[in-house]
Amino acid sequence: MKENPYQPWLATIDSICDEVGGQRAIKTFRLVFQDEKVREKFTFLPGQCVMVSLFGKGECFFAISSSPTQKGFIEVSVLKLGKVTSALHECEPGDVVGVRGPYGNHFDVSGWMGKNLVLIGGGIGQAPLRSLIKYVVDNRKQYGKLDIIYGARTSKDLCYTKDFAELKTCEDTNACLSIDVKEDGWSDFVGFVPDNLMRVNPSPKNAIAVTCGPPIMIKYVIQNLGKLGFSEDQIFTTLEMRMKCGIGKCGRCNIGNLYVCKDGPVFSYKQLQNIKGEQ
Amino acid sequence: MEKYILLKNKLPEWINMITPTYTIFAPVKEEDLVFFKPITKPSEMTLAYSNAIVPPKAQMFHQTETMFTFTQGKNIRVNPASLPDEKIVVFGIRPCDAKSLSIIDPVFTNDFEDPYYLTKRKNAILVGLSCNQPTVNCFCTSLNGSPASPEHLDILLTDIGDKYYVELNSEKGKQLVEKTKKLFTPATDADSKKKKDVEKKAVDAITRQMKINNVDAFVKKLDTIFDAPYWKTIAMKCLGCGACTYLCPTCHCFDIQDETTLDKGARIRVWDSCMRPEYTLHASGHNPRPERMNRVRNRVYHKYNYYPKNHQMIACVGCGRCIDNCPVNIDIIDVITKAGEVKP
Repeated sequence: MKENPYQPWLATIDSICDEVGGQRAIKTFRLVFQDEKVREKFTFLPGQCVMVSLFGKGECFFAISSSPTQKGFIEVSVLKLGKVTSALHECEPGDVVGVRGPYGNHFDVSGWMGKNLVLIGGGIGQAPLRSLIKYVVDNRKQYGKLDIIYGARTSKDLCYTKDFAELKTCEDTNACLSIDVKEDGWSDFVGFVPDNLMRVNPSPKNAIAVTCGPPIMIKYVIQNLGKLGFSEDQIFTTLEMRMKCGIGKCGRCNIGNLYVCKDGPVFSYKQLQNIKGEQ
Repeated sequence: MEKYILLKNKLPEWINMITPTYTIFAPVKEEDLVFFKPITKPSEMTLAYSNAIVPPKAQMFHQTETMFTFTQGKNIRVNPASLPDEKIVVFGIRPCDAKSLSIIDPVFTNDFEDPYYLTKRKNAILVGLSCNQPTVNCFCTSLNGSPASPEHLDILLTDIGDKYYVELNSEKGKQLVEKTKKLFTPATDADSKKKKDVEKKAVDAITRQMKINNVDAFVKKLDTIFDAPYWKTIAMKCLGCGACTYLCPTCHCFDIQDETTLDKGARIRVWDSCMRPEYTLHASGHNPRPERMNRVRNRVYHKYNYYPKNHQMIACVGCGRCIDNCPVNIDIIDVITKAGEVKP
C-alpha cells in the first residue's frame, strides 16, 4: 500500500501577505513543509491545487498561486468566505497547517511553448494565473508575447499589486489593469475586464487565452474572445466546486462525468461545451 | 472452477472451524430487518432472508470512520489511524451485493489508493449465498447479473435441497475451503444440474425488467435528454430523504469532518448523500445543483451515464433497495425504462 493520500504533511505559515482588506479580504499564505524530504519531493505545475487543513476546522482546496520555479515554499491566496477560510485568516506566521497534494491537472505549459499567451483574470481568480505568469516570466524565452489583463471592483480589491509593479517594468510583458469604477489617481483602464480585453485587442494568431475569475466575467470574456477570433480550443479556464477528498472519490465536485478535482480544474472551452452537467 | 458439496448439517461446523481465524459477518435478524453483523456462533445468523437492508459494502466502507487523529495547539501532531488487519468473512452476501463491490473498487483504487477501503477489501473473503427467492423488486437479470452467479465472489453456496452446492471462484476461496476440506465432498454432475435448475427457477421468479437493451446506446440516449422536462416530473414527488443513496450498494460518496475536544481531534469520514442540497453548496452561496430536480437527475445520471463513461459499467446491480425503501415510491426501473422513451 502506498502512503495514505488523506493524511496531510505539516507545513508552517512562513509569512502572510494582506492582498485585500475589508468584507471580502484576501490573504496570501506562504507555506513551508516541515519535513525537508517533502519540501524536495513536492513538485507541481501551474494550475494545480492543494488541500489545506486547519486541524479542527477542516480542509479547503486552493489553487497554488506561487510558481514551481520558486523553490522551498508554496503559496495559496485565500478569500475569506466560509468556516475554514475565515479561520485561516485568523492565523499568524508560525502557525501550522496541513497540506496534501498537488491535485488536478495543470496548464499545458510545455504544449504552449512558443505561443503568445493572453491571461485574463478577475479578483481572486488571478491566483492560478499568478502561478502561470511567474512560470512564464521565469522561462520567458520559451514563450511568445505575454498579455496580462487583470481587474477588480476597486483599486483596493486588486491582488498581487507588488507583482504587477514589477511586471509593468518588464519590457516584453504587457500588463493591463482595470477597475470597475473611476477613482482619483487611477491612470489605468476604468471598466469591466471583458471591455479591457477588447481595448487590448490581442491577436488570436498562434495564441492561447486563459481566463479565471467570477462566472459572469468568464462568460463575457469568452464571448469577447470569440469576437476577437479565438476558437474554442484556444480558450482555457479553471473551475471550482465544493470538495472534500480532492482525489476523485467523495463524489461531489462532478460536472457531468468529470471531477473538477481530478479531471480539472483546467478545462478548455471546447471541453466545457461538450459536458452536460451543472456548474 | 472447483465444485463441492457441503451438507446443510455441516454448515455450523464449518462456521465454527473458521471463526477463530476470521471475523464472520453474517445476516442477523433484528425485529423485521436483516443486517450484516459479526457473529460468534452459527445460531446467531439467519439464512432465511431476502437481503440485508444495509448493503454489506458497509463492511469495507464504514458508515463512520476515523481517518487519523491529531493534537491541536502549539505542537500539532498527526497520528495515523491504525488500519485493521483482521481477516473477515462476509458470509451469505448476495451475488448482486458482491458485484457492487467490484463496481466501486475502481473509485477507491484509481490514482490514489484509499487505504481504509482497500485494506478491508483485501482482508475480506466473500462467501455468497445464491438468491433462491428473489423479491418483487429484484432486477439483477436486467443488468447482466444472476441470482446465482459466482462471478464477483470468492465462494458461492447454492441451496439445492439438503445440501449446498459450493463453487470456488478464487484463490482466497480455495484456501478457505482447503483448510476445512474434510467437510466437503466433490460435486457430481447431478449436483451441477440441480444448481442449474435452482438458478433457472430463481431467474424465472424475477418478474420485473429494466429496459436497457444496449448500454452504449442508453448512455448516448441520456446525453440527449439531459434538459428534458422529464427529470422535473420525476423529481416532483422526491422528498430528498436520501434513503436511496444510503442503502445503495454502489453509492460511495462521503463527507470529511473534523471532530475536536479542547486539545485533541479526529478527522472523520462519513457516508454522504447527493440528495442533500448542502452536498454541493459552495461557501459563496452558489449551488450548482440547487433544485431537487438537479439532484435526482444527478443520482440517475451518475449510475447510468457518468459511471459507464468513466468505468465502462452501469453503477447499479438491480438489488431493488432504492425501490423497496423509497417513502414516495420512486421506482428506478420505471424511471430508466421510461427515460428510454423520452423524446430528445
